[in-house]
Amino acid sequence: MSCDCGNNLKISDSDIDVSLLEPTLVKYADVSGSLITILQKAQDLYGYLPADLLMYISRRIGVKPAKVMGVVSFYTQFRTKPAGKNLILLCQGTACHVNGSADIEDAIRECLKIEEGEISDDGLFTYNNVACLGCCSLAPAMMIGDKTYGNLTKKSTVEVLESIAKEES
Amino acid sequence: MKISVGRGSCGNAAGAGEIFELLENGVAALGVDCPVSVVGCIGACYLEPIVNVLSRNGETRTFVKVTPDAVAGILQYVASSQQSAAAAFEISPKDLENIETQQRIALRNCGIIDPENIDDYVAREGYAAIEKCVKTMTPEQVIEEMKLSGLGGRGGAGFPTWFKWNAARQAEPAPFPRSDSCEQTSARHDGSHKALNKKYIICNADEGDPGAFMDRAVIEGDPHAMIEGMLIAAYAIGSDEGIVYVRAEYPLAIVRLEKALEQARTMGFLGNNLFGSDFSFDIRIKAGAGAFVCGEETALIASLEGERGMPRLKPPFPAQKGYWQKPSNINNVETFANVPWIIRNGGEAFAAIGTENSKGTKVFALTGKIANGGLVEVPMGQTIRDVVYGVGGGIKDGKNFKAVQLGGPSGGCIPAELIDTVIDYKALAETGAIMGSGGMVVMDESTCMVDMARFFLDFTCKESCGKCTHCRIGTRRMLEILERICGGDGREGDIELLSDLAEQIKEGSLCALGQTAPNPVLTTLRYFRNEYEDHILRKKCTARQCKPLLTYTIIPEKCVGCTLCVRACAFGAISGEVRKPHMIEQEKCTKCGACVAACKFDAIEVV
Ligand SMILES: Cc1cc2nc3c(=O)[nH]c(=O)nc-3n(C[C@H](O)[C@H](O)[C@H](O)COP(=O)(O)O)c2cc1C
Ligand code: SF4
Ligand code: FES
Repeated sequence: MSCDCGNNLKISDSDIDVSLLEPTLVKYADVSGSLITILQKAQDLYGYLPADLLMYISRRIGVKPAKVMGVVSFYTQFRTKPAGKNLILLCQGTACHVNGSADIEDAIRECLKIEEGEISDDGLFTYNNVACLGCCSLAPAMMIGDKTYGNLTKKSTVEVLESIAKEES
Repeated sequence: MKISVGRGSCGNAAGAGEIFELLENGVAALGVDCPVSVVGCIGACYLEPIVNVLSRNGETRTFVKVTPDAVAGILQYVASSQQSAAAAFEISPKDLENIETQQRIALRNCGIIDPENIDDYVAREGYAAIEKCVKTMTPEQVIEEMKLSGLGGRGGAGFPTWFKWNAARQAEPAPFPRSDSCEQTSARHDGSHKALNKKYIICNADEGDPGAFMDRAVIEGDPHAMIEGMLIAAYAIGSDEGIVYVRAEYPLAIVRLEKALEQARTMGFLGNNLFGSDFSFDIRIKAGAGAFVCGEETALIASLEGERGMPRLKPPFPAQKGYWQKPSNINNVETFANVPWIIRNGGEAFAAIGTENSKGTKVFALTGKIANGGLVEVPMGQTIRDVVYGVGGGIKDGKNFKAVQLGGPSGGCIPAELIDTVIDYKALAETGAIMGSGGMVVMDESTCMVDMARFFLDFTCKESCGKCTHCRIGTRRMLEILERICGGDGREGDIELLSDLAEQIKEGSLCALGQTAPNPVLTTLRYFRNEYEDHILRKKCTARQCKPLLTYTIIPEKCVGCTLCVRACAFGAISGEVRKPHMIEQEKCTKCGACVAACKFDAIEVV
């Protein structure tokens, strides 16, 4: 049995320019097992994976929407909601936990007034907890963009956030 | 003269990027011939950023914890060879000894060669092993050499590598492509895996254990060692295609690996008809998408095929039916990194190191409350004490050693009284812990063991793929009980309930994630039962980690009434007159600890 509900859906969100994804789709649509790669590229391009885009991908590569959604929800890397301009990956791995990552999370929450996954009022930040960035010897650690910050304290965390906010303004 | 700067992810996080730029600009300004190059992590992460200067007479000076201010001194040394320059940043003899006394096989080049320059690797006998295999050995001889070496898989289980290679070599080709009945579209293949005798080599670089980074260091510091290991495995089993599954949290490792693969292709170490033979092999990278369970080999294969990463029942093993149903051999990064050394030096040389049933060396990521955090490679047969108090330099801040956690969420803790346990697969398993992939998290008296067990259950509960009821729901029930205990609502009978659930989960789970998930609870129950009892019966957390169990009080004799704490408390729980002892109202106190941080007189007691 195959389901065709994906075929009836159109991209309604005019904000999404699906043509950006075209080269990826052309390259991978017929290569089996590429769903995760396509989703990763899409998230790189759009910052997150809106439902309409997932429907579009599903239709283009002929994989059922339920399966696309199943994969998206399985992997923590995929986001279905937009994120702030700077994504903070806060490590909650073992080494960081033992060295006080909970306090760092408090500092981020207090400083930005957001909970995990939310966007700060200025639109600049979102934070997500992750398990290990591989910099355990510098625990507690966090990563913003491709920069890693180690040996964090509540104070240094706030300083990092403030300096990024300042640069952005 | 030559300068090298340690630029693994750890070095970069410690500021090596800035140091590198300053040195580069400085050398250019001096106008001396002294290239500044990048090297990977030498393992001494606690000394980062690290700069090595190799002088004309072959002498190396190592500078550690290099700050931007130290760069001028280093440049002065480069310009004048004056020994006194930057002497304050020179590595101490003890730290140097810690690095030099390790026995490095897997990490033989890490921190020494430039990972982005293949010539460096080749200069240290790189790709000589695969050449030896192709030109002078049959695949069977290669497997025989691996058997002699006794190398066990470094991904956690320690399963003999030669055995897996042999099984994959002898596996019957699978003639039919995967027939996935409910998903019509996935029958569309790109064709390459239709070949009748197709076999795959897969490198597991998912490194999911939170608190371990051995594989990251190898890929960032010496990617060609892993690539060469994969080549040798490919030659042994008869494969022409390799895939490296790297976790997405390692962007630098992916970049370095891409460069390394490109250079290996250019130099003719990857591609068709290698070394003039009919052996062909190439490697591609697949970035993971964040799921711990994808480190399990059948889940990893499902993920490679673009599916949800859910394990399946074995047999058939991947060596029989793996990626696209073709025979596939999966090994860990560190396992592969050992292979070229074994081929070059012979299996016997490797087997000469270690113990009766654990051969060679093992890399550990030493983290937590340890003085010298970083990577260490030690021969099997050393004791935990050797690692923690030798290379590790003991416990941070002079506290007391309590336990080490080995094997991450699948492993267990080894308490202080068993610190003389030797590093050996069997000896470690007897304690209830496992060797694991090499995460060694050190805990001191301020670590609450019940909280640690809760932490790991929280992890496994989130990472369970959901296929098995016991793993999916059982871990959640255990987590709820542990949360209750840490929250001050522990009940009599909870310990028995936890033990009972643990046994059921072990039995009712399909893959090792579920089967081993209760281990952290079982080992802490075995060695730290008193802490559970303190939490449940006396509502006390002796390590002072479980906030709901703590009481904050002001010691009147010490309080001078400075009112700092009153201002620090966001909940208005502290009152008192200026210059008179203050009081904390227990009903209002949220146990946030702000007052303790604010008090300059040590007047607040936490029990
Ligand atoms: C839940 C789970 C997670 C695992 N994670 C990893 C991992 O991150 N890296 C790894 O090499 N092996 C991991 N393994 C072990 C692999 O399944 C497999 O045994 C290993 O990659 C085989 O390579 P080796 O024989 O070289 O050790 C994991 C196993 C389980 C059950
Ligand atoms: S034991 Fe857990 S992780 Fe493993 S297959 Fe079952 S549910 Fe999935
Ligand atoms: S545990 Fe935080 S970086 Fe590894």
